Amino acid sequence: MRLAILGAGDVGRSVADLAGEYGHDVVALADSSDAAIDPDGIDVDRALERKLGGDPLGPDDPAAVFETAYDVLVEATPTTLGDAEPGFTHVKRALETDHHVVLANKGPVAERYEELRALEAESEGSIRFEATVGGAIPVLSTVEDSTPQAVTAVRGVLNGTANFILTRMAAEGLDYEHVLAEAQDLGVAEADPTFDVDGTDAALKFVILANVLADGGFSLEDATVEGIQNIPGSALDLAAEDGRTIRLIGEASREGIRVGPRLVPENGALAVTGTRNIVQIETKHAGSLHNSGRGAGGPETATAVLSDVGRLPER
Amino acid sequence: MADESAEDEAETDGGVRAYTVRLELVDEPGELLRALAPVADNGGNLLSIHHERGNITPRGHIPVEVDLESPPERFDEIVEGLREAGVNVIQAGAEHYGEELSVVLVGHIVENDLSGTLSRIEDEADAVVQDLSLAAPDGTDATSSARIRLAIDSGRSDQVFEVVRSIGADKDLTVVEPLVGGDA
Repeated sequence: MRLAILGAGDVGRSVADLAGEYGHDVVALADSSDAAIDPDGIDVDRALERKLGGDPLGPDDPAAVFETAYDVLVEATPTTLGDAEPGFTHVKRALETDHHVVLANKGPVAERYEELRALEAESEGSIRFEATVGGAIPVLSTVEDSTPQAVTAVRGVLNGTANFILTRMAAEGLDYEHVLAEAQDLGVAEADPTFDVDGTDAALKFVILANVLADGGFSLEDATVEGIQNIPGSALDLAAEDGRTIRLIGEASREGIRVGPRLVPENGALAVTGTRNIVQIETKHAGSLHNSGRGAGGPETATAVLSDVGRLPER
Repeated sequence: MADESAEDEAETDGGVRAYTVRLELVDEPGELLRALAPVADNGGNLLSIHHERGNITPRGHIPVEVDLESPPERFDEIVEGLREAGVNVIQAGAEHYGEELSVVLVGHIVENDLSGTLSRIEDEADAVVQDLSLAAPDGTDATSSARIRLAIDSGRSDQVFEVVRSIGADKDLTVVEPLVGGDA
């Protein structure tokens, strides 16, 4: 397939980098100000080299991406809340011209799910968004394979930064502020970690899951969200007295979404350590399924995007 | 769907609670069986029977302790049924609790009247505080954490959490609940 990639952050760049290995051509790669476009396939290495050197990706205008011949638009621009723009408009333009879309951007799927599905219904193209939930972990395709009707709930840990912080606090008996600074030094936490530690990032993923289970109806404002900023090291010590630990756990069902710090058995499946993610998919007829793995990172998330590209119907 | 309707039925019954009944039996063959029939006849589920053969009550009878589960509104019928059958019921309705769970509270726990918090949990959530563990590494006037182990009736965890959550909101405490559900 011919991929047009919008967004040249970790995920967009990794998709461009790995596309060839998966048998696809990259015909466009754009960030918000510049683009490299070539209907015969761009020179990905050169574009990425320029970008990393601080130069424009290429000589083209990002708006021209939609004029070129492509099969799949990969939407990997940063997640925005509220109206989820400009991501939503990118998806709309692609669907209206009967192209497929694969999203790595959580915003449109969490905030404007019904609109996306309505646009898809009018289009020859399809949308897929495995990369928006749990990075490399096949969460949505597992739900899809079990059929959403047979899944009663999805629970788990879907934010590596918060999980890393809680794991270190429990292991070292340290307080939140101390471990956060360490996580920032290690590059696990961003300079502004608010979205990760206040639960918003995890909530967006569970909103997407609730939308898939219930076929729409949810956005971030429907979620009950609590973060981990108020959890002191002493709370983790007390939990350990009982063989438990604290994790930032999300839950999505057809009834709603809840994210917050919860007590879980110390040696239980959901008590993953470090930046690892896990989901427990509760099914009606087959008990619980657990999928665990790397929930973030450029190449990891890019594999989810490229798996989606592989699942799209040929056009 | 069959599963769901079965659950609905249990719910409209008001849930099942656990009870302990102390009986006095005459030391004659068949007495125990006769005493237990009203429990089963009125929809009670026997959990355990403690038959204290070596012990004799002041009246020369044998004390028997019976643990059972039943919906609350049927429990009165069970006790009535026992009395009608001529069984001497010494004590009924002293409930014991089917489930134990822990919550962790974080905030200005001590300053915000810890004992008041505990009694509100017992009164409003109908739970028994079994154990309390407090950690205040920076002194009791700073943020501290408390782990509280609660004994509650089986199947009532949702209601208990709701009450604890609202007490937490009143007192500006963060409530860390256990994850219930699935096989977590």
